[in-house]
Amino acid sequence: MTEKIITKKEVEYVAELSKLEFNEEEKEEFTSQLNSILDYFKKLDELDTEKVEPTAYVISMPNLMNEDKVKPSLPREEVLSNSKYIKKGYFKVPKIM
Amino acid sequence: MTLNQLTAHEAVNLIKKKRITAYEIMQDIFNQIDKVDNLIKAFLVINREEALKQAKEIDKKVKNGEKLPPLAGVAVAIKDIITTKGLETTCGSKILKGFIPPYNATVINRLREAGAIIIGKTNMDEFAMGSSTENSAFGPTYNPWDLERVPGGSSGGSSAAVAADETFVALGTDTGGSIRQPASLCGMVGLKPTYGRVSRYGLVAYASSLDQIGPIAKDVTDCALVMKVISGHDNMDSTSVNLEVPDYLKSCQEGIKDLKVGVPKEYFIEGIDPEVKGALDKALKTFEKLGAKIEEASLPHTEYSLPTYYLIATAEASSNLARYDGVQYGYRAEEYENLSSMYQKTRSEGFGREVKRRIMLGTYALSSGYYDAYYLKAQKVRTLIKEDFDKVFRKYDILITPTSPTPAFKLNEKVSDPLTMYLSDIYTIPINLAGIPAISLNCGYSKSNLPIGLQIIGKHFSEETILRAAFNFEQNNGVEKKKPSIKPAKHKEAKK
Repeated sequence: MTEKIITKKEVEYVAELSKLEFNEEEKEEFTSQLNSILDYFKKLDELDTEKVEPTAYVISMPNLMNEDKVKPSLPREEVLSNSKYIKKGYFKVPKIM
Repeated sequence: MTLNQLTAHEAVNLIKKKRITAYEIMQDIFNQIDKVDNLIKAFLVINREEALKQAKEIDKKVKNGEKLPPLAGVAVAIKDIITTKGLETTCGSKILKGFIPPYNATVINRLREAGAIIIGKTNMDEFAMGSSTENSAFGPTYNPWDLERVPGGSSGGSSAAVAADETFVALGTDTGGSIRQPASLCGMVGLKPTYGRVSRYGLVAYASSLDQIGPIAKDVTDCALVMKVISGHDNMDSTSVNLEVPDYLKSCQEGIKDLKVGVPKEYFIEGIDPEVKGALDKALKTFEKLGAKIEEASLPHTEYSLPTYYLIATAEASSNLARYDGVQYGYRAEEYENLSSMYQKTRSEGFGREVKRRIMLGTYALSSGYYDAYYLKAQKVRTLIKEDFDKVFRKYDILITPTSPTPAFKLNEKVSDPLTMYLSDIYTIPINLAGIPAISLNCGYSKSNLPIGLQIIGKHFSEETILRAAFNFEQNNGVEKKKPSIKPAKHKEAKK
């Protein structure tokens, strides 16, 4: 590999965006691995895509909407049953303000 | 022979004829799981009590002379990325350990209505990110053909369970090859449907524009049977397509004299195992004998598929996996200072290495300043790859390729180098980018008795055609149908 595409500092920034944290050793490893992967991705630069439309979904379909009608939803207790951190019928999180 | 060794269609017929009961079948299924799953480790959760109860209900229907649904008494194993009401669903991740979904995926409801019995949840690479099932937070699954080798992935548990006769069929999911590659490495039949053919409601999202649910089975008939049941429009998935579902079994009965077959030259590249190539050449001769016309075809953008896929898939994953924050379900870190550090600690402790790597890659590709160079570029190349397929399908009905460049590889062989691991999906990834259907089925064995798979690719919504081609090949290929002999001694040695 000739030059670094992504620096350790950028890895730290992307980790922050991703809400992930790494120790020093992991940061080094990720920097090196992401660099070799991104270097391999440079292959796409060989292609001239200026006049090409991007594809997000392969099957073109009109936007489908369900009728705007109230339907029964899941019972509250069931929705809350997957968390240990429940107070008065709400999910509890640390203080924000 | 024990009843678990049957195929699904054989079992349904025997139940209908009152030769065996669904309960007897279920007992043999669970006996096999008890006997071999400590070696294979295909299952994360076993649904024994409920399954036995449901088998008794089927037997009651038989006794009362009621009409039986198409999958009556069929044992189905479900990849642990598909929600099952009341049955733990972890996606092979620590972050979802203990998660009990409050609802069923649409495919689960359809299977249940068709009389199928959910026997358990199968192991997988965490969030379907991997090609070997080694990325599961709960330990790897072992290939029944050789316990020192991987079953492929990410639907490795589903595929190994079918191969080891621990179930009749299984559901897997395929984002870049995760049904077809493990089916190939375990000698089974696996189908990735057209994007939109099967509802994704209740499929935990990895890369939403690529993910599809599909069957893994012991033969093409079983694969067609399950496809008929799980396909079709669903109001709960806006990307599911409202098209009639054909009778896949019926079309299998026709020959393939009318088919024009293209063999893309870009798929026979450096790195393809000579035994895989040999098996493919032999298979193509069978197709020729059956009357199909075979020609060399070209998909010129094939070499760009892998980077395109990894940019799109990781970008979508970074967004989809943002929901794991420890608030509403799943793992939450014990110690943190504030909300932000709760998110960070929860996600850092809850996700495994490969998942973190892909979230990082995707976040980077979407981040300000890099979006055009990476994500938009990849979406444009995706158009070129799709157009390659549009072009060849104007001339050919199906394409035939290998499914995987090599037979099953050894555990730990590729873990340390993510790029080498990514290359094992080189033949399956372009199909997801184009959104077309493809089936993998066995076409022989290597000298060391490992299964080799071939892939049949069709145009959008041509599942009928690829199943027909696969069925005709299966019935006429002259390859002896083998079962793996699961040898525990070797496995213990390997573990030392």
